[in-house]
Amino acid sequence: MTDILSRIRIRYRYPLILLRAMVGTDFKLRYQASLLGYLWTLLRPLAIFSILYIVFVKFLRLGASTPYYPVYLLFGIVLWGFFVEATSQGLSSLVARGDLLRKISFPRYVVVLSVGASVLISFALNMVVIVFFMALLRVPVRLDVLWLPLLFLELVALSISLAFFLSALYVRFRDLNYIWEVCMQAAFYAVPILYPLTLIPDRYARLLVLNPMAQILQDARYVMVTDQTETISQLYSTPWVRAIPVGITLILVIASVVYFRRQSRFFAEEA
Amino acid sequence: MAEPMIRVTDVSKDFMLPHLRQTTLKGKVLNMFRKSRTIEVQQALREISFDVEPGEFLGVVGRNGSGKSTLLKILAGIYMPTRGSVAVGGKLVPFIELGVGFNPELTGRENVYLNGALLGFSKSEVEAMYDDIVAFAELEESMDQKLKNYSSGMQVRVAFSVATRAKADVLLIDEVLAVGDAAFQRKCFEHFRALKKSATTIVFVTHNMDAVREFCDRAILIENCRIVAQGSAEDVAAEYTELFNPQPTTAPPVQGKRRGSGAIRYSEVAVPGLLGDESGLTLELEAVAEQDVEEPVYSFFIKNSSGAPVLGTNSILKKQATGSLRKGERVRVTWSVPNVFSDGLHHVDLGITDRQGLAVYDLWEEAASFTVVKEEKSPYIVTPDTSLVIGKAGATKG
Repeated sequence: MTDILSRIRIRYRYPLILLRAMVGTDFKLRYQASLLGYLWTLLRPLAIFSILYIVFVKFLRLGASTPYYPVYLLFGIVLWGFFVEATSQGLSSLVARGDLLRKISFPRYVVVLSVGASVLISFALNMVVIVFFMALLRVPVRLDVLWLPLLFLELVALSISLAFFLSALYVRFRDLNYIWEVCMQAAFYAVPILYPLTLIPDRYARLLVLNPMAQILQDARYVMVTDQTETISQLYSTPWVRAIPVGITLILVIASVVYFRRQSRFFAEEA
Repeated sequence: MAEPMIRVTDVSKDFMLPHLRQTTLKGKVLNMFRKSRTIEVQQALREISFDVEPGEFLGVVGRNGSGKSTLLKILAGIYMPTRGSVAVGGKLVPFIELGVGFNPELTGRENVYLNGALLGFSKSEVEAMYDDIVAFAELEESMDQKLKNYSSGMQVRVAFSVATRAKADVLLIDEVLAVGDAAFQRKCFEHFRALKKSATTIVFVTHNMDAVREFCDRAILIENCRIVAQGSAEDVAAEYTELFNPQPTTAPPVQGKRRGSGAIRYSEVAVPGLLGDESGLTLELEAVAEQDVEEPVYSFFIKNSSGAPVLGTNSILKKQATGSLRKGERVRVTWSVPNVFSDGLHHVDLGITDRQGLAVYDLWEEAASFTVVKEEKSPYIVTPDTSLVIGKAGATKG
């Protein structure tokens, strides 16, 4: 047992050192020469939140039926923000590190993971803000919240596996970043971030919620903010259908690992 | 005999030419409808095989674009060979260049940590040797400045200083000697000497034949993607120098302007391509008479790369009789010239005329050229071997 552990430690020593160095560098560089520095990690989603809140909640009266709608909205924005950042930064990560790939031999997955880790750190900071808002609005904490780590795990698995897939693909197809940008714009409306799912006719809601991102979003809000959130379990009664989003995520994880490993031998030549 | 540290077996590497490769969707789609998809394959290495024994210092030499760096990248595991295999029996530094991953926006200190991480050192390990690294680079003052404010020489010193810390069984070194000033190069050499003593296995790519002769136990010469010579450092370095010697050019001429009646003409010109400090210049010429000729005059003339005349002479000035030649007869002409030339490229003009200079048999401008490599770089037309003695003169009493 200790033998296996020490072997794992030796095997992953170098990737871990690299990962730490890359994430550290990334953080040092990201907010260099900006006045507010790390605060931007928090200010950005708050600013987006304020805009959306004014337009959709105050003017369009969206979500009046949902309790604690501001937190509900903010939480949605933060979760979605993680997904977008992880996938779009992940997408360009290999190409951006091209000079490193051409000059050193190191496990290529570290590049994508380092982006994932940086985004995850920002996400964790944002969660602090969410918890702060929840306390401010006195949102009751229910036992359901224990599901949250699993949902986060699903979110991370989904985002990072997509990042792996996209980054490897982007090495070959340099149109991908534009395509992905458009996809993310469309998905922002296809995923119930702004509007409560109950606003959508059931027919479409049932289709929408099969998207892993929609399922994660709704389930996370259900366990964290309010049990008035419409989730996949309410739309479908058959358990295997409820498992579809998780199934999609799992398939993505496996497919992206296989694809990334196969392509990684050529990154140095093509990135 | 122990297992070799590196075994390269039949390695070939092809590259897809990038400009023909479709990297955008549009290109891919458009290409799908085209009948013949032309993917041009560029060969970088062909059937390379060699072993490196533990503790051996192997030099890899060859012209630019011969495939040396590709080979090094394959050894480092950065490129995959298209065919063949590479087996390395120890820990290998994954780096082939200095200062990889250096970020100009970070301070010198931060870059040391980053570079150390790329070499596989944890934060605490770099911390432990940080002071030594800085002392070796002689940059105690400026480690907290951003790297973009460093001169290139300073950057190289930091990079080299970190790189010398690498602990590995196999080191791959690419062209480090090409950068840095004389003091830095001396440091490189000292480091290599220490490495050689410590019996680290080293594969060393360079153009510096002095370095090959001094450090390498063995060397391989790559030319046109293949190994064309391997053996002792001395032999391979000589082969390499030979690559730059033009083969004796037999008439018709391949270069330069040439005119004349051709009654007698140069058929062979052999001039060394490279002239070192000690060697003199020898022009070995052969001429063939197409008609009967009486007392031809052989002349040569050397100008430097900017066209300025350097020196020249002819057989009249040398008071040498040349006799008469029958049709079809050949004559060998050998000029020996002391190496008074300045560093750089020189051209040789050759001539054959009659005694009065009225009939031009063969006047060949830039029939050959050679490059002089001299330690002393003077801006003048010639740089003969001068000597200088300076000593305190005894005080003279008036």
